[in-house]
Amino acid sequence: MLEIKNLHVKLEEEDKQILKGVDLTVEAGKVHAIMGPNGSGKSTLSYVLSGRDGYEVTEGSATLEGEDLLELEPEERASLGLFLAFQYPVEIPGVGNMTFLRTAVNAQRKARGQDEMSASDFLKEIRAKAKELQIDADMLKRPVNVGFSGGEKKRNEILQMAMLEPKMCILDETDSGLDVDAMKLVAEGVNALRSEGRGFLVITHYQRLLDHIKPDVVHIMSNGRIVKSGGPELALEVEQNGYADILAEAV
Amino acid sequence: MALPQAKLDATDARLATLSLPAGGWAETARQDALSRVKAQGLPGRRDEYWKYTRPDGLTAPAPTSAAIFDESEPPVFDEVDRLKLVFVDGVFDAAASDDLALEHVRLERLADTSSADIHWARDYYGTLEASGQTPVARPLAALNTAFATDGLLIHVTGKAPKPISLIYHHQDPQSDVMLHHVIRMDEGAELTLLENGPAAARFNMVLEVEVADGAAFNHVRAQGRDHERQAATHIFARLGRESRFKSFTMTANGVMTRNECVIELTGDDASAHVAGACMGDGDFVHDDTVFITHDAVNCESRQVFKKVLRNGATGVFQGKILVKAGAQKTDGYQISQSLLLDGDSQFLAKPELEIYADDVACSHGSTSGAIDEDALFYLRARGVPHGIATDLLTLAFLAEAVEEIEDAALAEEIVTRMEAWLARRRG
Repeated sequence: MLEIKNLHVKLEEEDKQILKGVDLTVEAGKVHAIMGPNGSGKSTLSYVLSGRDGYEVTEGSATLEGEDLLELEPEERASLGLFLAFQYPVEIPGVGNMTFLRTAVNAQRKARGQDEMSASDFLKEIRAKAKELQIDADMLKRPVNVGFSGGEKKRNEILQMAMLEPKMCILDETDSGLDVDAMKLVAEGVNALRSEGRGFLVITHYQRLLDHIKPDVVHIMSNGRIVKSGGPELALEVEQNGYADILAEAV
Repeated sequence: MALPQAKLDATDARLATLSLPAGGWAETARQDALSRVKAQGLPGRRDEYWKYTRPDGLTAPAPTSAAIFDESEPPVFDEVDRLKLVFVDGVFDAAASDDLALEHVRLERLADTSSADIHWARDYYGTLEASGQTPVARPLAALNTAFATDGLLIHVTGKAPKPISLIYHHQDPQSDVMLHHVIRMDEGAELTLLENGPAAARFNMVLEVEVADGAAFNHVRAQGRDHERQAATHIFARLGRESRFKSFTMTANGVMTRNECVIELTGDDASAHVAGACMGDGDFVHDDTVFITHDAVNCESRQVFKKVLRNGATGVFQGKILVKAGAQKTDGYQISQSLLLDGDSQFLAKPELEIYADDVACSHGSTSGAIDEDALFYLRARGVPHGIATDLLTLAFLAEAVEEIEDAALAEEIVTRMEAWLARRRG
């Protein structure tokens, strides 16, 4: 599904290398988690994959089902089926949540050569999905993320994911700023979307999210590289001993 | 003080092309207005009030010719149930208009009544304009009072059952038009006035509105289309106790638009809202000049102006809130913002507050900015193409001004026009 090979990335504005040769393959139907200390390059990886400005790929490749992601505009990557759940969802005053989502859904359908979704079908679908995530009608009408609590913003991300039905989902620290109940709700939303055809890359600091979204593979990232990979037990090891031991071992 | 020779010459040259309509109830007002023009002189570049906008095209003896817009898009407000009144190059077109009849409203043409000696409008015509000449001179408005040959005299005695819609067609690429409307709103009366259309190659419009106690006046205007046309408009309003005044203008296209709005809150607990949203491309110049005077207790005023500028377009805002001594509990708000879609466009703003009362709340703000890159990326990451995402954010930027339109259907109509304008320019 997602294949990253020897990815090197530096900041466009300064001569600072952030990713120094990331190799990672996420298969369809699998959940991979990336853990790592602050500044290890986790969020940069998610931004580079989704196409944010400000980064320069100096070496390596990233493909989604064989398509070269790095050559594409962010919206083209989205239409191919890549989805990034933001660590900090952006507030957009003046743009209604519903309008935004409908525009996005139909833009992606159009890009894939499908018919646009009718207003009534869209409404039916979004209401059903919003209900599962305990997002009320008022939140759908309000401007995108404006005045939303931390939990509401993250649930809104998952709602977008549910509506857009991507093939490859990247969750960037989706647990940050959430209490246990909110995290459970978000995790349930994600678990409901797990399917054979869909891959997940869950980026997190803490093991606690992985109690709720059970990963198949756990990677430890440090200083711009994946330094260790293993099963779910690797996350527990981090939880018990911190990163220091693992990193010392990996060097 | 004697006028500078250049100004005197320019004023004389313009006046030489015009002749003062003689006789009738408006004659005195016209002569007084002509005296004002002669005393003030027409605006020139060196005038402080015209520092950001070149008045040359508005004051020249003859207008610059303006091509007619290609009418591929149906006119705005077409779907609205309204009383349609049509002017073609400044002349009322009875055949194309509905009858001058509406419940609780008395409607007459300025041109039809000009020979009468007595008319209710005599107490109003040029009166609000004259009082709006201090502290800042507005010579183009005085010129209009002196020479306007057509317009409507509208006396509203109750709640008008539907909007009055003034439609200004432009057919002659050389037309030079002055229209003067007078609206008198009796106590408790209600009216919505719609205006649209380019009107002329050069258009000078004055609207005087007397809003009596408890009356409500709503105004929604769509200016533009013919890009080469030039327009100077003035709204003068005087508001009585507990009255409400709301005016919104959307402007798209136009090499020169100067919209002045002069409002005096004279009765307690009144409210005045003036808003504008404009979208300009290339050699577009748009100037909003607003002057709101609080001269009563517990009144509210809002000025909300948003400008989207691209390819070297220019936006100007001069807005003032004057709170006179004794106008306690005034609530004044003013915001002017521009969205600059490239580095060539410019926004020039002069927000002013002048306050002589000590128990007031007045705030103002003015900003210029570009599209929010974080928001743009967020939209694109969800699959919304760059152009559509930019348009969505642009409409969001304009939303605060559009929200000043009370009627949801009219607001929707305006948004549709904005979307279409942006879509036509999408890269």
